[in-house]
Amino acid sequence: MELKPIPTRDGFGEELVALGKTNPDIVVLSGDLEDATRTEHFKKEFPERFFNLGIAEQDVIGTAAGLSTQGFIPFATSFAVFMTNRAYDMIRLDICYNNTNVKLVCSHGGVTVGEDGASAQCLEDFAIMRVLPNMRVICPMDYLEAKKATRAITNTTGPFYMRTSRAPLPVLTKESDPFEIGKANVMRKGTDATVIACGVMVAEALAAAEKLKTEGIELKVVNMHTIKPIDVRAIMDSVKETGAIVTAEEHQIYGGLGSAVAEVVAQHYPCPLEMVAVKDSFGESGTPAQLLAHYGLKDVNIIEAVKKVVKRKHA
Amino acid sequence: MLKQSLDLKKLAALAPQFRREILETLEIAGSGHPGGSLSGVEIMLALYGHAMRYDPKNPGWEERDRLIVSKGHATPLVYVTLSNFGYFPKEELKTFRKFGSRLQGHVHTKAPGVEFNTGSLGHGLSFANGVALGAKIRGKNFKVYCLLGDGENQEGSVWEAAMSAAHHKLDNLCAIIDYNKVQENGPTNEIKNLEPLAKKWESFGWHVFEVDGHNIKELVSAFDELKNIQGKPTVIIAHTVKGKGVSFMEGKSNWHGKAPNKEQLAQALAELK
Repeated sequence: MELKPIPTRDGFGEELVALGKTNPDIVVLSGDLEDATRTEHFKKEFPERFFNLGIAEQDVIGTAAGLSTQGFIPFATSFAVFMTNRAYDMIRLDICYNNTNVKLVCSHGGVTVGEDGASAQCLEDFAIMRVLPNMRVICPMDYLEAKKATRAITNTTGPFYMRTSRAPLPVLTKESDPFEIGKANVMRKGTDATVIACGVMVAEALAAAEKLKTEGIELKVVNMHTIKPIDVRAIMDSVKETGAIVTAEEHQIYGGLGSAVAEVVAQHYPCPLEMVAVKDSFGESGTPAQLLAHYGLKDVNIIEAVKKVVKRKHA
Repeated sequence: MLKQSLDLKKLAALAPQFRREILETLEIAGSGHPGGSLSGVEIMLALYGHAMRYDPKNPGWEERDRLIVSKGHATPLVYVTLSNFGYFPKEELKTFRKFGSRLQGHVHTKAPGVEFNTGSLGHGLSFANGVALGAKIRGKNFKVYCLLGDGENQEGSVWEAAMSAAHHKLDNLCAIIDYNKVQENGPTNEIKNLEPLAKKWESFGWHVFEVDGHNIKELVSAFDELKNIQGKPTVIIAHTVKGKGVSFMEGKSNWHGKAPNKEQLAQALAELK
C-alpha cells in the first residue's frame, strides 16, 4: 500500500506506543510539547509512564538521566531547538559525560517547521550533538524509517539524539528495507556522482537524480540516516565508485552532515565535494516549500551542485 | 548491607580529623576547593555515620541510599568521607587530581561510592528527582539525598527541579544546602541575595528544616525526622561557615578554590588538633 506524505514525528510517536506495549521500561518525558512531538499517544496509552515536567528542558534532561539509573529507558522530548540549544550543558553532563541510557527525540528540525519562524527552526542540532562524546545522531528520511529508528535506539544502550520533522515527508522506503544504526542505505545506484543526504533532502536528491538522468548524468543517492557514527565504508565506496560527492541536509552548512562527510573524504580519499545546506543564516516564516526553495534546499540546488562537482572531477 | 549508626560524640570527634585530611589531600594535589569542603564535614558525618544505609564493599547495592553531590567541586570532602567510611583506601587520597587517578578534580563515578558525575552547578537536583521518581515507580524504599551549595541556588535549573520534586511529591528525596554564605567572588548574599531562602523553598512546596550545619546532633535530628514528612520533599538548610575550622580560611572567598601550601597546611593542622 502506498502511503501519503506524513511527518517523521508521527512514525516516532506511533512506534513508541507499540514498543511501550511490550517494554515496560520505556518512560517518556515532555517539556509540555507532547502534542507537537507526538508523544501524546504514549501519554494516552501509558499515563503512569509519562511525565510532562512543564516548560523546563533542563529539568527534563536531568530527570531522564536519573530515571535511567533505575533501569528505565527514558525518552526526553521537545522541539529540537529548545532541547539541544537550551539544555546543552545538561545533555553534555547528565547524558553524555555520565553516559546514561537516555534517548533524545526532538521534532521541529529544519526550516520545514515553517510559519513559526526562525526561533523554532533548529538548524544546528547535528553539529552540536555530534561533537559530544558518547552521543549518536540520527535523522530518519520518512515515516517508516522513523519507526525503525525508534525501535533501534530503544534496543541499543546509550545516548541518542534523533531529529524528526513537523512537515509531511514522502514515504520512499519500504517496510522490508533494512535499518541499521551507522549503516547507510543506497537508495539509487549511479556512476557520475553521489549525493549523500539525510531527512527531507533524500527525497530531493532522488528527484534530482531523475532529472539528471535525462541529461545523461547517473547519480548515486545515499541515505545517511545516521550522522554519527558516520558510515565511513559507505562514503569510501561512493568516492571510489563515482569520484565526486554532494552532501545535502536541512541544517547549517557548518558542522552537520556535510562536515561529517568532508572529514571522512579529506582524511581518507580526497575528491571534489560540494555541500547543499543553509548558508550560515537563520530561517524565517513561510511555508515549508517556500523555505526549502529560498534556502537552496531543493532538487534544483542539488542538480546545480552535482554539475559543479562533476566538472571539478573532470578538471 | 550496613547502616552505620555511630555514637554522636564519636562522630563529632571525627570532624577535626576529616578537616585535616581534606587539607592534606589538597596540599598534595596542589589545587582544589577547601572552603566548601571544610563547611560540609558535619553534614557528611551525619549522612554516612547516621542517616544513610549503604555497603562500602558493595557500592552498587540496589537498596542503598543515594547521595547525589551537586556541588561537585567539594571533592576533597567527598573523597575523605568515602575513604573513611570504607569505600577505598585512604592512601588513594594522595592521587587526588593526578593523571590516571580515580579521584577526579570534580566528583566522578570512577571513585567507588560516587553516584553521578558533576562539576557544572545546577545539575544534581533534577538527576536526584529522576532517581527518586524511578524508585517510587519501582516500589523501592531507599532514600535519595542531594547536597547543594548555597551559590548554586542562583542557577535557574535548581528551581525547575525544586518545582518538579514538590509536584511529584517526592518524599523519598532530601536536599541539603551547605549554606556557607560565601561563593567564589565574595559573600553569596552580596553577589545575589538568596534570602529569604527558607521561605523560597517552602513556597516551592518543600518541607524545610534549618539547622546549625556544624552541630551533628541538630543534623541527625533533622535526618531522623524525614520519615515523618510525607507527600513532599524535604530540604535541610544547614547554616555553615566556609573554610570552617581554619582561622585564615573562615568566611574567605579567596579560599574557595585554592590549595594551601606547606606552611599554611602546618598552621591549619595546628588549629585542627
